[in-house]
Amino acid sequence: MKAENESVLQFPSLSANEAFARQVSAAFAAQMDPTLEELGDVKTAVSEAVTNAIVHAYPDRIGPVHLRLRRLAGNVLEITVKDRGCGIADVAKAREPMFTTGGAERSGMGITIMESFMNSFSIRSVPGKGTTVRMRKKLTGRGEAACKP
Amino acid sequence: MNYTSLLQDKRLTILLSGEIDHHSARQTMEAITSKIDVYLPRRCVLDFGGVTFMDSSGIAIVIHTLRAMEELEGDVCLANVPPQPMKVLRAGGIEKLVRFGAERSPA
Repeated sequence: MKAENESVLQFPSLSANEAFARQVSAAFAAQMDPTLEELGDVKTAVSEAVTNAIVHAYPDRIGPVHLRLRRLAGNVLEITVKDRGCGIADVAKAREPMFTTGGAERSGMGITIMESFMNSFSIRSVPGKGTTVRMRKKLTGRGEAACKP
Repeated sequence: MNYTSLLQDKRLTILLSGEIDHHSARQTMEAITSKIDVYLPRRCVLDFGGVTFMDSSGIAIVIHTLRAMEELEGDVCLANVPPQPMKVLRAGGIEKLVRFGAERSPA
């Protein structure tokens, strides 16, 4: 699908970049006139995806995390988070709620939240090569929301 | 992520503020555990009134606090939770595990 607008950035897998990634995503989404709740959903999903890349893809080194933001027709926001880390051996297991290989500060709810806060979610992973998460959300827009009965 | 704590009648209130994410979660958990270990409260109130953003790291903080309070046979209450953190907590099924209230200890 052709993008009406697009932004691509790369940053190292430092936990300080979790806040940076969600702020950038919120700034990009602002042109689509989202509601406050939609903006919160987007920030939460980005935070989960980028944190997974930082914690799980590069457990013992700092590696690159790619974030691509696209505005598609119909006021749909597409977010892609890609890493070149260790990959996920069992994607089905990783998608189970409460499952985590992370430490005590991880709840195992990251993928469940991305799935429920966004309209679509897909994950592709190749062990030793990396993981790509792609999510889409249709933003109602405050103007459109105000016209609803 | 910042926090302030208040103790009154064996009730420990932790006032959380700012953004809760993985970057700050471990430090916050350690701070909460250390306050519980020192004051041995009967109830721990996590007050989210000043939280401007929270991801699933906040769920881990609540579960961690719940476990620490269960060891003392105490309970956990979540207070003043804004809509965005509430949506994350609900997605994590936290409302089945802890009580929600609007209580706040007088400063």
